[in-house]
Amino acid sequence: MSVITVENISKHYIIDHKRGKGSSSIRDAITHTVKGWFAGPKEDTDELTHEEFWALRDVNFSVEQGDRVGIVGHNGAGKSTLLKILSKIIEPTSGSVKIRGRVASLLEVGTGFHPELTGRENIFLNGSLLGMRKDEIKQSFDEIVAFAGVERFLDTPVKRYSSGMYVRLGFAISAHLNPEIMIVDEVLAVGDAEFQKKSLGKMRDNSASGRTILFVSHNLTAVQALCNKTLYFERGQLIEQGETNQVIASYLSKVARTRLRRQWDTPEEAPGNDLVRVHRIELVPEYPDNLTHIDVRTPMRIQFEFWNMMDRANLNLSLHLYSLTGECIFNVGSQSQPYGKGLIQGECVIPGYFLNDGTYTISVMIVKDTVTPLYNMEEGITFDVEDYREGVAWYGKWPGYVRPQFPFRVEALEPIIP
Amino acid sequence: MKTQEVIIQAGRPERYYWRDLWRSRELLLILSMRDISVRYKQTALGASWSLIRPLATMLVMVFVFSMVAKLRADPGVPYPLMVLSGITIWTFFSNAFTQISSSVTTNANLVSKVYFPRLLMPLSAVAVSLIDFLITMVLFIIVAIWYAYVPDWHLIYMPLFVILAMLTAFAFGLFFSAVNVRFRDVGQLIPFLVQIGFYACPIAYSSREVAGKWFEKYYIMNPLVGIIEGFRWSLLGGKTHLNPQSLVYSVGITFVCLSLSLYFFRKRENSFVDDI
Repeated sequence: MSVITVENISKHYIIDHKRGKGSSSIRDAITHTVKGWFAGPKEDTDELTHEEFWALRDVNFSVEQGDRVGIVGHNGAGKSTLLKILSKIIEPTSGSVKIRGRVASLLEVGTGFHPELTGRENIFLNGSLLGMRKDEIKQSFDEIVAFAGVERFLDTPVKRYSSGMYVRLGFAISAHLNPEIMIVDEVLAVGDAEFQKKSLGKMRDNSASGRTILFVSHNLTAVQALCNKTLYFERGQLIEQGETNQVIASYLSKVARTRLRRQWDTPEEAPGNDLVRVHRIELVPEYPDNLTHIDVRTPMRIQFEFWNMMDRANLNLSLHLYSLTGECIFNVGSQSQPYGKGLIQGECVIPGYFLNDGTYTISVMIVKDTVTPLYNMEEGITFDVEDYREGVAWYGKWPGYVRPQFPFRVEALEPIIP
Repeated sequence: MKTQEVIIQAGRPERYYWRDLWRSRELLLILSMRDISVRYKQTALGASWSLIRPLATMLVMVFVFSMVAKLRADPGVPYPLMVLSGITIWTFFSNAFTQISSSVTTNANLVSKVYFPRLLMPLSAVAVSLIDFLITMVLFIIVAIWYAYVPDWHLIYMPLFVILAMLTAFAFGLFFSAVNVRFRDVGQLIPFLVQIGFYACPIAYSSREVAGKWFEKYYIMNPLVGIIEGFRWSLLGGKTHLNPQSLVYSVGITFVCLSLSLYFFRKRENSFVDDI
């Protein structure tokens, strides 16, 4: 029996690009209306350009009772939008969804936690926000507290909690929900490894009792461990669905093929300015035998080509690599050299066994005379580095941004003589 | 448990909206408790602020309007008691109105992360002002004892005016809470409206001063005039001025605005997340 039927769901946004600040105030609304009366529609479009954006487009699928469905895809692929529609938080632009059974959605750990309230108060607040009745919360209260391991801090405001405690408490509450359908978004991305394992185990137990689970995660290992079916989204569209291993394999190979190259054939359409324009930016992975996706072992070459429109200039390239959260992981600059008009190519090599698994963004800056940035190509390429480990029986998130294999010598100095 | 089937579709009104709202009454209580217990956290004086503020306002009013401007109270009523009764119900209204107006935006983190009947936010916003109101009533009783003043049977009407004040706050606040999601100008507007309202309503003076003037017929169109007059009338034993016509306006305007606001709120609530 299918418990969720999604038919032709689309979600459409109109993004306004206003001149100046994008703040929406009554004054703006009024001036636009008034200007519209006097200037006619043509001027108005000058002032305000609309961009259509489909967060989801014609998505169809159904979920059977007891299925554990993983949802994978890049940032902005529409995964979270889908979960929010299923959770009734946002309304679809068109299409319909039929859901049979009580739904609990977990889009955030500790939804509604108030920093000033104590752990005890927040358990009731969060629990009832997630749809538990007071007597249900009372019933599983001790279990929640024990699962989170916060017995001693029950009457402390959660603002004094460590982030680990906060997350554990939040997850513990949601793990004790008793819905027929559970919708989970990226919750396992937080918390320490041991707790993740415990949570994953708890979710698996839940599904053994016939519960349906929808699970979004960037952690493909977790999706593989938990889900029997997987949906793969790309730019708002459902690209593939089916058995988890199969979908994940094609997701990984697709990622490697499509996203790693951007090219503009003529300077007219290329990003840049009158001095320099970008021709191509490409990430070329050097796959070891029969691998089709980038993982922590893969060396990569980043190639960057641009047109120089200046007669003679001392130029150098500066490459930044950012994490998903926008922190700069490193910056590498090339030697400054004189160039004439024409196409110029730069290449930078990132060795294997350097980046940790995660999503990274590369931006390249063209610099004149080592001090004047001429053009900065932000978010040139975004790519994922998948996890790979050998001889480790631990599946928690490997900490850090880099995962180098520095020489690490450990030896027994002298045996203990009894 | 019987499995219920939910259908999600664009523009489809929620079939079980009112039933869901009723089922969420526990959540309403918990959200209200949250607001109340958070209110005076990390203040040294705590809930006594609810006493200090109206008391200080009353003292200032008594000084400015009674001693400097020489305004007269209704005959047989001590001026401070008249002012305090006005301040009590006005503070209740204006606090409730302000909090309801910002209720959706202050709960933005919930709106974008979890579904619940959105009306719970403005509903729970009333709780704090209701508690404050009860505390101010205690102050009123103390001052009344000081003036050896005993209310009479008119007092039984008092709850009706409190409920009416609450409904009026809801009628106006609900509209602004939905507008506030899109236009944060509301946050600038509300304190200004409250400030004007303070002088446009018979708080520091008796509405007897207005009676018979040419602008009286416009003056009483303010729904708060009837509510404040009525509250004062019930508390001070019917000795103060009450124009029954102003009460008709209060009730009429409140119910018309309440229905319009409810309609508007329900129309907008599904797109809160897109704008917030």
